[in-house]
Amino acid sequence: MSNLSSAERSTAPASPLLSVKQLRVDLPVAKGTLHAVRGIDFHVERGEMLCLVGESGCGKSMTSLALMGLLPRKAQINADCLNFDGVDLLTVSERERSNLRGSRMAMIFQEPMTALNPAYTLGNQLCEALRRHQRVSRKAAHDRALYLLKRVGISAAEERMRQYPHQLSGGLRQRVMIAMALMCEPDLIIADEPTTALDVTIQAQILHLLRDLQQEFGTAVIFITHDLGVVARIADRVAVMYAGEVIETASAQALFHAPSHPYTQGLLRCIPTPGKTLPGSRLQAIPGVVPSLIDKVEGCAFCNRCDQADQLCHTTPPLQTVAGGHLSRCHFAHLLANPATIHAQEVTL
Amino acid sequence: MSSAATPRDPYALELCALSKTFKLGGSMLHKSRTLKAVNNVSLRVPRGQVMGLVGESGCGKSTLAKILLGLTPPSAGDVLINGKAIINANQKALARHIQPIFQDPYSSLNPRQRIAQIVGLPLRIHAIGTPKEQAVKVEEMLDMVGLPKRAAQQYPGQMSGGQRQRVAIARALIMRPDLVICDEPTSALDVSVQAQILNLLLDLKDEFGLTYLFISHDLAVVEHLADRLAVMYLGQIVEEGTREQIFTAPRHPYTQALLASALTPEPGLGVPDIGLGAGQPDPTQPPSGCAFHPRCPVAQPTCSQQEPKLSAIPQASGSAASQGNQARVACHFA
Repeated sequence: MSNLSSAERSTAPASPLLSVKQLRVDLPVAKGTLHAVRGIDFHVERGEMLCLVGESGCGKSMTSLALMGLLPRKAQINADCLNFDGVDLLTVSERERSNLRGSRMAMIFQEPMTALNPAYTLGNQLCEALRRHQRVSRKAAHDRALYLLKRVGISAAEERMRQYPHQLSGGLRQRVMIAMALMCEPDLIIADEPTTALDVTIQAQILHLLRDLQQEFGTAVIFITHDLGVVARIADRVAVMYAGEVIETASAQALFHAPSHPYTQGLLRCIPTPGKTLPGSRLQAIPGVVPSLIDKVEGCAFCNRCDQADQLCHTTPPLQTVAGGHLSRCHFAHLLANPATIHAQEVTL
Repeated sequence: MSSAATPRDPYALELCALSKTFKLGGSMLHKSRTLKAVNNVSLRVPRGQVMGLVGESGCGKSTLAKILLGLTPPSAGDVLINGKAIINANQKALARHIQPIFQDPYSSLNPRQRIAQIVGLPLRIHAIGTPKEQAVKVEEMLDMVGLPKRAAQQYPGQMSGGQRQRVAIARALIMRPDLVICDEPTSALDVSVQAQILNLLLDLKDEFGLTYLFISHDLAVVEHLADRLAVMYLGQIVEEGTREQIFTAPRHPYTQALLASALTPEPGLGVPDIGLGAGQPDPTQPPSGCAFHPRCPVAQPTCSQQEPKLSAIPQASGSAASQGNQARVACHFA
């Protein structure tokens, strides 16, 4: 396996694999400019699973596309720092970028049917992913594809290699996508809602597989999802996004046990949780809707839906440290950080 | 409304040995295959309750919903609403008793009509009231689902997903039906909006005395909402019971696996290894015996030979085995 890993893999352990500072993505739309991502900061350590969580339109997918260099042509991207293992992703040439893509950073999309080419066999597409980046023989690529298909739990792999995407079920296609992402042993995999379209039983299997492989190969994963259940079970660290900003970052344990932003707290309260929410009781919904990101958002983006907002919230809150590695973009983060505040509000059975 | 005068059957909905078979393919060279999307399903939904229907995609839950709504005729069996058979019944009469709320509020609303027209259409079709009375009713209904007055003059395109789902609910309830088929009504919505819609559905159920057949793949939502639960696998019901029975003591191995694979937001538990193997088998060639046996972790030789019957679970002595909380399971070893 080691002969396939990229030779120039950096060995400096101190710097994170990916660091993002003040990333902004603007999209021109009919009514003006849509500020899809509004200055976000995060980093990904080598071999860690970072979950980007948020509701639709919060900018999580735009962030992943910006990292992969797959934004629509009209989009404008700005950042103070967008560094992937020593490579500045803002100034990198399209040629270098395309050498990185698939080889050192790979992506798994939500809908594998649109990501796989219907006109080529799976074997063909898997081998292409490797041979595009590395000088290996057809035989070696074929063997690697076969090994990975078996590794992601596909039976009769030899036969599957000759099949076309439409001949596979959704769960199997997503397994193929994972195998394809692993072909070049990338340092970073960006998985954008990879299990949203799948049944719960298949979702559990795919998540299990992804977690196993991530630990086995030491791959860093940015896992994008809206499902807090998934986040709780697989994440090392979590970044919660709202209206184009990261509003809270913490380890998975800290985020679920001591959420320190009213939005995170609201999200955790409004999903029915067996054993905590009384069946048939009213759920504590978050009132209102997400603000439009077309104009400039003044102050805290959540303040119109927040039950604890006051005058101060009309000014933009800084990202504050609540505890080691736990950041919250709320003026009152320190008051909210007390775990008793959320647990006291839960309806217990 | 109309049904209030007649003596009420205790069940809002009864399915008797309902089946739906589709013929697939069939050309000069290929033999046609049959797909039993719904296979001998019997189910009773007590009035005023929420019956949750869960199962993986392709298990036949949506086909079942289509049969109930009269969108496709069943191949065999009967559907009774308020004790009356609806097969061959007048579609218009049926629509007074049963209404749907679909998953996708983007494709289920006509983008070229104003909200007032969309919500008022059932009233116009059934010629209920004068246009003025209809307008008043529409306004009342929009208010009940929590939409502002000005929403009546808007188009679906101007609304968010949650608002559109409120419109769909208003349209379903304006005829004051007895039974509402909710086919994944919140799975296209964000979690914060999902909570608003679930609250609304619960409020309206109490207000109008509705019965819901709630189809969903989200077990946490079903556990929150449903009084009873039916689990489907490959066109058949494999287990049915009250919420407590199913969630605290599931009997069927498939139900157990399904519950185990639901991810609750509790960090540190990891992803469960449910050991179910690959996905569902090809529904055109269902396995012999128990349809679940190839994936079942506790399958025995008999499972591949004998088909288990959906039969009542004997109640523990002492507990009242009234008809209301009867549980059924289809497994040789439950």
